Amino acid sequence: MQKIKSIIESYGLPRTIITCFIILMFCLAPVAQINMGALMSNVLNRFVMNAILVLAMVPMVHSGCGLNFGLPLGIEAGLLGATLSVEFGFTGVTSFVMAIVFAIPIATVFGLIYGLLLNKIKGGEMMIATYVGFSIVSLMCIMWLILPYHSPNMVWGYSGNGLRTTITLEGYYSRILSDLFKIEIGKLVIPTGAILFFALLALIIWAFLHTKTGTAMTAVGSNPTFAKAAGINIDKIRTLSVVMSTILGAIGIIVYEQAFGYIQLYTAPISMAMPAVAAILLGGASVNKATIFNVVIGTILYQGIVTVTPAVMNALIALDISDVIRNIVSNGVILYALTRKIEEGKKRR
Amino acid sequence: MENNFAPLLEMKNIKKNFFGNQVLNDINITLKPGDVLGLCGENGAGKTTLMKILFGMEEIAQTGGFEGEVFIDGEKVEFKTPFDALNAGIGMVHQEFSLIPGFTTTENILLNREPSKRNIISEIFGERLNTLNYNEMTGRAENAIEKMGVKIDPNMVISEMPVGHKQFTEIARELSKDNLKLLILDEPTAVLTESEAKALLESIKNMSNNGVAVIFVTHRLEEIMAVCNKVVVMRDGYVVLDKNANETNIKEITRFMVGRDVKVAESHSELNLDENADIIMSIKRLWVDMPGETVRDVSLDVRKGEILGIGGLAGQGKLGIPNGVMGLYEAGGNVIFNGQPIELNNPRKCLDSKLAFVSEDRRGVGLLLNESLEWNISFPAMQIQDKFLKPLLGGLIKWRDEKAIKEVTDKYIDLLNIKCTSSKQKAKELSGGNQQKICLAKAFALEPDFLFVSEPTRGIDVGAKALVLEAIRQLNKEKGVTVVICSSELEELRGVCDRIAIISGGEVAGILPANESSEEFGQLMVSKVK
Repeated sequence: MQKIKSIIESYGLPRTIITCFIILMFCLAPVAQINMGALMSNVLNRFVMNAILVLAMVPMVHSGCGLNFGLPLGIEAGLLGATLSVEFGFTGVTSFVMAIVFAIPIATVFGLIYGLLLNKIKGGEMMIATYVGFSIVSLMCIMWLILPYHSPNMVWGYSGNGLRTTITLEGYYSRILSDLFKIEIGKLVIPTGAILFFALLALIIWAFLHTKTGTAMTAVGSNPTFAKAAGINIDKIRTLSVVMSTILGAIGIIVYEQAFGYIQLYTAPISMAMPAVAAILLGGASVNKATIFNVVIGTILYQGIVTVTPAVMNALIALDISDVIRNIVSNGVILYALTRKIEEGKKRR
Repeated sequence: MENNFAPLLEMKNIKKNFFGNQVLNDINITLKPGDVLGLCGENGAGKTTLMKILFGMEEIAQTGGFEGEVFIDGEKVEFKTPFDALNAGIGMVHQEFSLIPGFTTTENILLNREPSKRNIISEIFGERLNTLNYNEMTGRAENAIEKMGVKIDPNMVISEMPVGHKQFTEIARELSKDNLKLLILDEPTAVLTESEAKALLESIKNMSNNGVAVIFVTHRLEEIMAVCNKVVVMRDGYVVLDKNANETNIKEITRFMVGRDVKVAESHSELNLDENADIIMSIKRLWVDMPGETVRDVSLDVRKGEILGIGGLAGQGKLGIPNGVMGLYEAGGNVIFNGQPIELNNPRKCLDSKLAFVSEDRRGVGLLLNESLEWNISFPAMQIQDKFLKPLLGGLIKWRDEKAIKEVTDKYIDLLNIKCTSSKQKAKELSGGNQQKICLAKAFALEPDFLFVSEPTRGIDVGAKALVLEAIRQLNKEKGVTVVICSSELEELRGVCDRIAIISGGEVAGILPANESSEEFGQLMVSKVK
């Protein structure tokens, strides 16, 4: 009993509850006549779509910049990269690689400016980040209309200028990673390529956190004055973390698109930050501590709950509540996690 | 019937364990009205835990409660929250201030207990909307301040006050409660200057004459001898000495505290006063803008291989010198180190030239409280000197060498006798004295040529003090490291330093050999006070 208790304690009560809930839903699936394999594939697919976006939270959490509510900034950089790649007529694997190649420098520039801004408002990062996210989405809504794109696959058919809201990636990089080394067992499909790609990025971030600069980043987040007294340039490290976050956001959305099959422009990115924030918090991260383990477990739990629950519920009670659940879970988790943070602060005093 | 003879406070057989770690064993304490109890013991002896139990702090219940009984006026009480304790007439002044900076003394003293007048709005919406009666508030605040026998302006805003006055405001807040029977003061003098501390001791005597019992937790034994009529010494969770103050003396208390004989601040015999020694650091016309410790114009030469003390009253600027030279606060002037000028306002440059600094602000600057001891000790050396790193891919990647980090941490844990469960323990879980040793270890790991140490013994107990000072002295003797120590405690400086510079009014008032008489130092201290 004692052992079970300590396991639950280290895993965290909220996560235990949610894990049990998801397992219960899986048990109910056969009753609702839902194919388990298809359900699992669905969760896996959503995992690879979102995991990198969740991973993008890690660097900024480590440097003490809080959760990156400004993730849409990175996403817009990724969208620019993606549309440029299509515009220049790359196809197949090349279009995927080129999308990332175009996106990274754009994300770097965005990140540098964003980092500069966040260094000016230390302590209020998360609130400002939220507005940065909103602002960039609005700005880019205008840009999508006036930037001189010509590819007939992307612009509005009747006027010939301005990009469409949804652009198909068929023939470009649709499912380029997800179908790579894909394993099919009955209805269960494992997108091996995409999982490996996430694993590679996660490994890079994990490794980075074990280097000298990564250690400095964690220390800056833990106690900036301590880091300063040890000769660390705090602003530089923070900016680096913001740039890393933004680049990961850009790569994240390109991977998301390849699994989804479409590029979504205009206001689509505005709602991308919340699920990512909710997922990492659900994984057990706090505003100033996050590990790769938190990312993996959090994404699985979050995506599990928003895919499995509605599927089972719909089949059982014939009522479409998927969006309601998504909203309750993501906003509820953020609210819960942020109040926990305040509680912890109280205890420390 | 019995109640008439019952003591004000009786704690019987108090036991407490934190996660299987027994921190209190069979503690018995009795107090009569007007008693002043001096409670002392090394850090980690269990004083704070005992006071938390008495005050009903939530963390006691959260960690499994305690065994034993507490009686107030002969009645058994069980405090579930501090509010219960407040209602029973117990007041506590914590080490950290809990005051609202933007409010005046009066407002802070009477917060949420303000006398009020009714008005039209409150007639309708209830008494939470009554108007505050400022005249009566000021009266009651003045009354409380008077009880202490000090002078504080009741209309001064907290944020503009010196530390001492803040402390008095805290105490006045407790005193202004009509039902106050017992006041707990947790190291109230730690942040005070000598004169302020003296005033505080006076006010404790006043309170005791008014029938309030006081529990006085402190590391300063002279203060206990000065005001207390009872002394309780704790060690490792046991009461080891419980006597009337006039039957004991400082030596005996010290012996019981540490369980061994320590020689406190014994002036060492051979002073290193070689006037022909090389000047390792030359400070010229230094100014530092450090709030509360402004340095105006300091010129100082530090000789190679000596231990130089920087003393002076609090707020005169002695702490500003190391903080300014090391680049933590805005500074100007010239600093030449080993013949090379040092760029000010750039901590990195100082650290690169093999200077190291142990800050007086342990929790704020000195430690990564939420990280392991390994990180705390190895971090600066890793970042500045690329120690504890493994180069990968031909030096392209600098990988953290966990094994080397553990080795060096274990080495310093052994060397400085740091009490911890393992090198992976979080720094915030250690007691003050052990945290200070971690700060020293961090600086030692840099293997500096020159070490600044700021208030090395502030808020730590006698035993740890001796160990910390000994470690510094050893570093100086064995490795030939030049050390500059800033401390408010002159006796301590005289015990460890070769020469002592006294800072007064942001300037050097004079430099004397450590064996000069106390009066000489005293005169220098007040010579330029502004």
